[in-house]
Amino acid sequence: MSFFIETLLGGLMTGMLYALVALGFVLIYKASGVFNFAQGAMVLFAALAMARFSEWIPGWLGIESLFLANLIAIVLTVVVMFVVAWLVERLALRHLVNQNEATLLMATLGITYVLDGVGQTIFGSDIYKIDVGMPKDPVIMLESMFEGGVLINKEDFIAAAIAAILVAALTLFFQKTPTGRALRAVADDHQAALSVGIPLDRIWVIVWCVAGITALVAGIIWGSKLGVQFSLSTVALRALPVVILGGLTSVPGAIIGGLIIGVGEKLSEVYLGHYVGGGIEIWFAYMLALVFLLFRPQGLFGEKIIDRV
Amino acid sequence: MKQLKKLAIAASLAAALAGGLAAPQAFAQAKEQYFPILVYRTGAYAPNGVPWANGFIDYLKLVNAKGGINGVKISFEECETGYATDRGVECYERMKGKNGGATMFQPLSTGITFALTEKAPNDKIPIITAGYGRSESQNGAVFGWNFPLIGTYWMGADVLVQHIAKKEGGFDKLKGKKITLVYHDSPYGKEPIALLQERAKMHGFDLSLLPVAHPGVEQKATWLQIRQNKPDYVFLWGWGVMNSTALKEAQATGFPREKMYGVWWAGAEPDVKDVGEGAKGYNALAMQHGAEPNAKVVKDVLAMVHGKGQGTGPKEEVGQVLYMRGLISAMLSVEGVKKAQERYGKGKVMTGEQTRWGLENINLDQKTLDAMGFGGVMRPVQTSCLDHMGSAWARIHTWDGKKWNFTSDWYQGDEKVLRPLVMLTSGKYAEEKKIKPRTPEDCKK
Repeated sequence: MSFFIETLLGGLMTGMLYALVALGFVLIYKASGVFNFAQGAMVLFAALAMARFSEWIPGWLGIESLFLANLIAIVLTVVVMFVVAWLVERLALRHLVNQNEATLLMATLGITYVLDGVGQTIFGSDIYKIDVGMPKDPVIMLESMFEGGVLINKEDFIAAAIAAILVAALTLFFQKTPTGRALRAVADDHQAALSVGIPLDRIWVIVWCVAGITALVAGIIWGSKLGVQFSLSTVALRALPVVILGGLTSVPGAIIGGLIIGVGEKLSEVYLGHYVGGGIEIWFAYMLALVFLLFRPQGLFGEKIIDRV
Repeated sequence: MKQLKKLAIAASLAAALAGGLAAPQAFAQAKEQYFPILVYRTGAYAPNGVPWANGFIDYLKLVNAKGGINGVKISFEECETGYATDRGVECYERMKGKNGGATMFQPLSTGITFALTEKAPNDKIPIITAGYGRSESQNGAVFGWNFPLIGTYWMGADVLVQHIAKKEGGFDKLKGKKITLVYHDSPYGKEPIALLQERAKMHGFDLSLLPVAHPGVEQKATWLQIRQNKPDYVFLWGWGVMNSTALKEAQATGFPREKMYGVWWAGAEPDVKDVGEGAKGYNALAMQHGAEPNAKVVKDVLAMVHGKGQGTGPKEEVGQVLYMRGLISAMLSVEGVKKAQERYGKGKVMTGEQTRWGLENINLDQKTLDAMGFGGVMRPVQTSCLDHMGSAWARIHTWDGKKWNFTSDWYQGDEKVLRPLVMLTSGKYAEEKKIKPRTPEDCKK
């Protein structure tokens, strides 16, 4: 029983982190109708910038405090992500207003390769460390109830809590602020939003900035867990089934989808894996999402699109 | 005017880009020994691929700085595979006939090795896989063009079992023990399974297998299973980020790192440095060498290559584990060519076929190795037409939180266990591919 609880908890915590990356997809899609394939590359880019700045800053400024170095690195990385957002709008999206979704998707594919390449060129392609003081050792709980107790990973727990706070903040931002409403209006119809005076270019920069910050948070958490290296960009691929499942337009969907995928892949690996040789958790998540697509193409919480003919 | 300016800028950019890309690549000229080099400097495995490539190239530069191979300078060219089999094959096809023909290939990927194994005999180009590739290719009678020099995965796995047995107080003490293999779910990761199953049958230990999908960043379920099964030892057959992730998950689930043993591709600086103290006590195989900052050959590279501003990578990397692996891989290739020259003419450029003969007749005794600057780094290597491995020595090194230290004496792969497996598997391959194994008489030709 304790093993099942550990697997379940592990899945829920991983799921929360998937939700964090999935949130980047949802934000940009909600606000611009763009399926941002570059979200994973943004996570890698932000994490690389954060890791290298926190490494370089003590040398540049003669600071010894890790906390201060990390703080300055975060501020610098936010600035870098804002510049990236501005450049994306200036160089790519501005020229693609009112183009179909496939064109915009292809543009983000291009942005992925540019960010992957430029990020590694500027910051290097080695494995780098982000040390934000996350605890690495586990705690064992409920030892009196279960033999051997239940293992909780403190790092995962804190990461999941941070992700939950960010998700809540973004939900409020989208639902309760004028900018959030403007973002949703732009997502519905570019031209209609323009006609009522919503500045499209500014809105796009804002949403890419918010997605950049989400990428930074995801990058810090994943980077602290795994080390900062190229594979971080593939973490975004793990978030794809999450958005398929939860719906591309729903923030709560990203959370629920993340949790279902996180739990599903861990339980499948542990309880079904040995029947088919193991290593199934990656494709199991996609299979789960595909099964969902058969019954609810818009995902669990996505908007049902009805086209009149 | 504006148009012209734009054109000029575009042309300059294109020229700069083309120049920048081409400059470090090809140095091929006539009468030079051409070494194509398959590398991965980008992608998920770049942190491990880069030091290997830098060590390989620095050694070639060192040989050139010392006058070449009996006066024949080496030209070399990199091709980026990204550790992808299709790209590796593409590189092979593109480079095999360039500059008078490739001397040999070193794919640095078991997947690419599998793909090239059937191509090499037709093209008559040796495939050197020092410490990786197909374990059964040690049998040169069947695999005439594969050279798993100084180590195969079966040999590595065999040494690990020997070490565990020694720790436990003998092979008989392994009965009932639980060993879990956590492996990269690829041809590379699956290679040791056959040997470990054989050893499990012999000694009665329980072997469980846990594959990890590429690139290996998600291992929570794997380590929860390990926590539940409580194995006595975990063998780690990972590559790239999979290794550091495994160590972090071991820490997160409280599995003692002292009971973890990695293969030699899971025992280098990139695998542990961002885990730091969390990896303290973790052990890995050393394919003869470990980190060798004090070796004479390292000092030579620093003086004659880096000292002249021609180093391929950062100076601090020289002497690290994967750097040394690349350097030794290059040395073995060069020694193959040097040996071939003894038969086919000193100071001449060798073909792939002639190099094959050289590789089959390498005889590096300790005196020669010491003179070359490899004293303390590796043990003698002697290949033959029928034995393409040439040496089966390994030892264990352990991470102390800051650096790797040797913590065992030398072990030698047990031929009584390895040979039957090699003969059986290579025999099946020969039958399947309708290959007539070479005889000792064939080897004299």
